[in-house]
Amino acid sequence: MSATAPAPSTTTMTYREAVRLALREELLRDEDVFLMGEEIGVFEGSYKVTAGLFREFGPIRVRETPISEEGFVGAGIGAAMMGLRPVVEIMTLNFILVAMDQVVNHAAKIRYMFGGEVGCPLVIRTPNGGGSQLTAQHSQSFEVFFAHTPGMKVVAPSTPADAHGLMKAAIRDDDPILVVENLQSYKVRGEVPDDPDRVVEIGRAAVTREGSDITLVAHSFAATRALRVAERLKRDHGVDAEVVDLRSLRPLDTETVAKSIQKTNRALCVDEGWATYGVSAEIASRIQRACFDDLDAPIERVGLAEVPMPYAKQLERAAIVNDDKIMAAALSVLDLGPDVFSY
Amino acid sequence: MVLIRLFEEEVERQYKRARIGGYCHLASGQEGATVGAVHSMRDEDLLFSSYRTHGLALAKGVDPDEVMGELFGREGGSAHGRGGSMHLLDYSKGYLGGWGIVAGQLPLAAGAALEISYKDKRAAVMCEMGDAATNMGAWHEALNLAAIWDLPLVTVVFNNKYGMGTSVEKASGEPDLYKRAAAFRMHGERVDGQDVEAVLEASERLLEMAREERKPSVLEIITYRYRGHSVADAGTAYRTQEEMEEWKKRDPIVLFRERLVEEGRATAADLDAIDKRVEERVVQSVEAAEASPEPPVSSLAQHLYGDPESAEQFSRMGPGSPFGERELVLEGLGR
Ligand SMILES: Cc1ncc(C[n+]2csc(CCOP(=O)(O)OP(=O)(O)O)c2C)c(N)n1
Ligand SMILES: [Mg+2]
Repeated sequence: MSATAPAPSTTTMTYREAVRLALREELLRDEDVFLMGEEIGVFEGSYKVTAGLFREFGPIRVRETPISEEGFVGAGIGAAMMGLRPVVEIMTLNFILVAMDQVVNHAAKIRYMFGGEVGCPLVIRTPNGGGSQLTAQHSQSFEVFFAHTPGMKVVAPSTPADAHGLMKAAIRDDDPILVVENLQSYKVRGEVPDDPDRVVEIGRAAVTREGSDITLVAHSFAATRALRVAERLKRDHGVDAEVVDLRSLRPLDTETVAKSIQKTNRALCVDEGWATYGVSAEIASRIQRACFDDLDAPIERVGLAEVPMPYAKQLERAAIVNDDKIMAAALSVLDLGPDVFSY
Repeated sequence: MVLIRLFEEEVERQYKRARIGGYCHLASGQEGATVGAVHSMRDEDLLFSSYRTHGLALAKGVDPDEVMGELFGREGGSAHGRGGSMHLLDYSKGYLGGWGIVAGQLPLAAGAALEISYKDKRAAVMCEMGDAATNMGAWHEALNLAAIWDLPLVTVVFNNKYGMGTSVEKASGEPDLYKRAAAFRMHGERVDGQDVEAVLEASERLLEMAREERKPSVLEIITYRYRGHSVADAGTAYRTQEEMEEWKKRDPIVLFRERLVEEGRATAADLDAIDKRVEERVVQSVEAAEASPEPPVSSLAQHLYGDPESAEQFSRMGPGSPFGERELVLEGLGR
């Protein structure tokens, strides 16, 4: 290109505002899009994501539900089979379990089980996350349950721009998709392109920081943490870490991850959920296949301690993934710190 | 009732001082419902509840020191600092827990009632739940099981008008919640929760019916929470100031106090003396909580499994958590 194209105009906003903007734009764009969930209307959403939308679009497009997750998720599926595009909010990821059967046994099965005769363009959006002493039943990040399920798609953006672009892509997508937001990410600020037609393609990871010494692979809020740790690694140890934000768990962009590790030769996977059988297990398995000859160290993982989340502050702090743990793990993979992995 | 009121006021103060964290659901205004329902329970009767636990636990006889200790996240707490406000429990006192998933406790309560029936015990289960929990499938399934299996289960619906910011009228096809029992040919009735003695009479009768005749029932208690849904909710966005003031005129503690004095069952001096004692008890519970140790980080993986072998096996299953379960569990096992 001869002249550089003008940079697209952007607006700074929080992750929360970016989700809200995406919902608003899609409500305006397509009459078949409607929102459904507990407290999303008058109360404006438990985490205020839908603030203002009830006033603007009214009770049909922004439908308040009783506490009946199995019922209204199922109703979303049925409406989607008929061609509507429901965006169902689950107050937090934890409460989706009572609707698990509708999601896994119904939504995820429809297209295949009926030989492609009918689809289910449903979006379920919900925040995961822990770290505020919300305890065992309210602090979970088990989005991998859904990423495990053929027929589902799962995205988990970490930045406002991705939250906006992936939400829009999800709403326009023809299959059931879980959009995992995050309680801590809601206040993260960033630039969001103003173009209402921009979407972020589902199934593409992003290299959010380039580096040559180690690759940190993460999604959701862990990707934000990974960036912070990468800066610390640079500052304190002169290490250049590359960060790959998965953005999409299913489909999973193995190529971008593999390309990065072929360059850095070391990998650390970070997940706010339990590591065992988790996202990082999947990534590690794929990396060892794709990068077997490139690896200078075993692929390692950081995850939530394998316990239900405890209440007491210091126990919770010990259980959750934090920057210090990621830092120590990265140094271990880099052979720059104590080995924190061998048993 | 006074203990619960003052205890929760202290809880709110301690929350503001950040000595209590997480979700914290207060129940000021609901003391008549709480005490009326639970006071008629016998020691062998079992109580399950939602996350709005403090008053119910105290009414079932859980030591205030252990309740406050749990809220402070201490070893001396009823769940040794693992559960927090929503997950109090005292197995020995027949309080089988506060549960955080709406209506999740209902099937469990039916199961506890099944044990009573199985072992032919003379006891009953009471399960507290909110009005909004009646819209969950779990409630309906639990009631149906109780009906077809003749389980000694009294389901107590604390109808405080709202589930978070959504009114009963908006959320329920049949807002007369007690009538829903009829779907299972089960006895249902409604009682004024600001009148503690009316609640007591009803709960005593229904527990007796469950215990002796194996007849399950639904008791809807009309009440009101003065505070927001949790300490994070001001509670003003979805209801009017007038409504709140109107309810405060029928405060269960004030009403009962007036009745006792009027009917000569107690003097104002007697009641003041109780208040004084209770105040001291609350202060003492804070002192006990402060004195209780914090659970050591090395105990993180303790209580995950019952048998030591499993605990040990899973402690070795710790991939990738650098200061996480691997080292901690080993320490917790005293190695
Ligand atoms: C399955 C599930 N969905 C949503 C929530 C979030 N939530 C917690 S309490 C609550 C309102 C419950 O209201 P109600 O049953 O009337 O009890 P109250 O809080 O009034 O005592 C909601 C929506 C939850 N804990 N579990
Ligand atoms: Mg209620």
